[in-house]
Amino acid sequence: MEANMEVNSIQQASLESQPGKKRKKGFNQPWILHLMVLPAAIMVFIFSYIPMSGILMAFQDYKPALGFFDSEWVGLKHFRYMWENDYFLQITWNTLFFACSKIVLNLIIPFIFALLLNEVRRMGLKRTIQTLVYLPHFLSWVTLSGILIDILAQTGIVNQFLTSVFGIKPIFFLGDGNWFRFTIIASDVWKEFGFNTIIFLAALSGINPSLYEAAEVDGAGRWKQTIYLTIPALIPIAIVIATLALGNVLNANFDQIFNLYSPLIYQQGDIIDTFVYREGLLSGQFSFATAVNLFKSVISLVLIVVSYRLAYRFAGYRIF
Amino acid sequence: MYHKTIPYRIFSIINNVCLTILSVLCLLPLYHLLMVSLSSSAPANAGLVTFWPIDFTLEAYAKTFNNVNFLTSLWVSVQRTILGTALALIVNTVAAYALSKETRVFRARNVYLWYFVVTMLFSGGLIPGYILILKLGLMNSLMALILPGLVAVFNIILLLNFFRTVPKDLEEAAFIDGAGHFKTFVKIYLPVSLPVIATISLFLMVGHWNAYFDGIIYIRDADKLPLATFMQTIIVQADMSKLDPAAVANLSQRTIRASQIFISALPILLVYPFLQRFFVTGIVVGAVKE
Repeated sequence: MEANMEVNSIQQASLESQPGKKRKKGFNQPWILHLMVLPAAIMVFIFSYIPMSGILMAFQDYKPALGFFDSEWVGLKHFRYMWENDYFLQITWNTLFFACSKIVLNLIIPFIFALLLNEVRRMGLKRTIQTLVYLPHFLSWVTLSGILIDILAQTGIVNQFLTSVFGIKPIFFLGDGNWFRFTIIASDVWKEFGFNTIIFLAALSGINPSLYEAAEVDGAGRWKQTIYLTIPALIPIAIVIATLALGNVLNANFDQIFNLYSPLIYQQGDIIDTFVYREGLLSGQFSFATAVNLFKSVISLVLIVVSYRLAYRFAGYRIF
Repeated sequence: MYHKTIPYRIFSIINNVCLTILSVLCLLPLYHLLMVSLSSSAPANAGLVTFWPIDFTLEAYAKTFNNVNFLTSLWVSVQRTILGTALALIVNTVAAYALSKETRVFRARNVYLWYFVVTMLFSGGLIPGYILILKLGLMNSLMALILPGLVAVFNIILLLNFFRTVPKDLEEAAFIDGAGHFKTFVKIYLPVSLPVIATISLFLMVGHWNAYFDGIIYIRDADKLPLATFMQTIIVQADMSKLDPAAVANLSQRTIRASQIFISALPILLVYPFLQRFFVTGIVVGAVKE
């Protein structure tokens, strides 16, 4: 406290004695601001911008032995091959299917969960629930795959439970195509629903309490308050999340699928990213994989730009 | 007062119970795994362990900690997490401070911002990144795991949005006292930005600890593999054996695998409770803007 007051009086003194000069000196040091951005700018140049030039590989038949400058240019050959490839259409469909299901469920479930959590009045209980539901978000898909492979095995605890309670045959969760899809979506929702409620909880805490008091005076019960007050207050942020998610429809979570899939269910489980990894790094088809990646990046870029524009127009959202 | 009416009370009780069950469900799989790891291997392999250890033993943990590969990987991960988090924190907060200034003060601000944001929207992808690391001679080194992801544009934006909420009077006072930008940043901005810095530190730590894929593609030697990559190879191998219903023979390793998975998740379980109270402030101020 004392120190604070001292600082205050010093400020006062310097304000009076040197009105403009010192102030200006403080503001006019852009060189140090440049210097502060410099390390980040250099790293981004090396690790983001230089690889971008590697995209040209998509128009070559890149051979590691020949290098970037001596490999043969082949124009759109890889893109044509991509489009004539039935398997590529299949994995694009898989990617869209996974991504869209996750986007929809990861919006609706956290929304409902946030509303219900908002009704928990014991603060201790509320905080405990929050702590527990956020946790799976921080565990990696490697850890979770280990757990899922264990509990979803045919002799695992989930199948034991289903067999003893419902008397059904063990389900091959990770080895059967349709069940695999279900497992991927369900486990993703399980991992992320808690964390995704944070933003809704923030929006809820931002609602002016006097609105509720006014509603109460007018005779609205809790149900009516929720329908006419709480939900409308959450809609704008839900719209922002939904529009921003648009940019992600070609991202179906590589980590999750890569750690859970297997050759048995490639047909139903393969996505663009896992395909690029196998074709590119494992089979050494650098140019083809880069072409597929470029295709994905361009579509994503367009969608992201569109979605940010929509989010700005309808909800006034800006990232910075 | 709606919360004193009987229907609401009934709803409230049901709601509390349901949400409690739901939240326990988030922890249950991990808890089950812990119990498997604490049981002796015969009942664990027979699938008898549910929510209580059978024939309690620490044998699996003893074996795990006698495994040299596991320990070296653990050490690599510790190094990577500490070094990677510290470096990223320095580079990103310093850059975010400069970028949080208004155009009036820092003319080039918007140019830099777009320069960074473009990398969020568009990237070269897997293969060009791989070739770059190869050409830079970073293959098989710790730096290949730290440097490419050092600048996280999302974190910079989170930080700079927080920095902008810091009252201008504070920094003006500092300038008047003769502090430059750097001193103001260290003495004023960092201390008042604790929630967001704690949040980002947690994100960075968790990110480094959990990252496995760069280890798969950039690291060749077994003694340089980070733990997550090491675990990934174990899990994938186990996965392969499980896919063939006939070859469930490898199951004798089940308790050991459970103990390894649990140990690899442990640091997160330990750090998370201390930092999670900052989340709502940290993330929200960065994400929701007026």
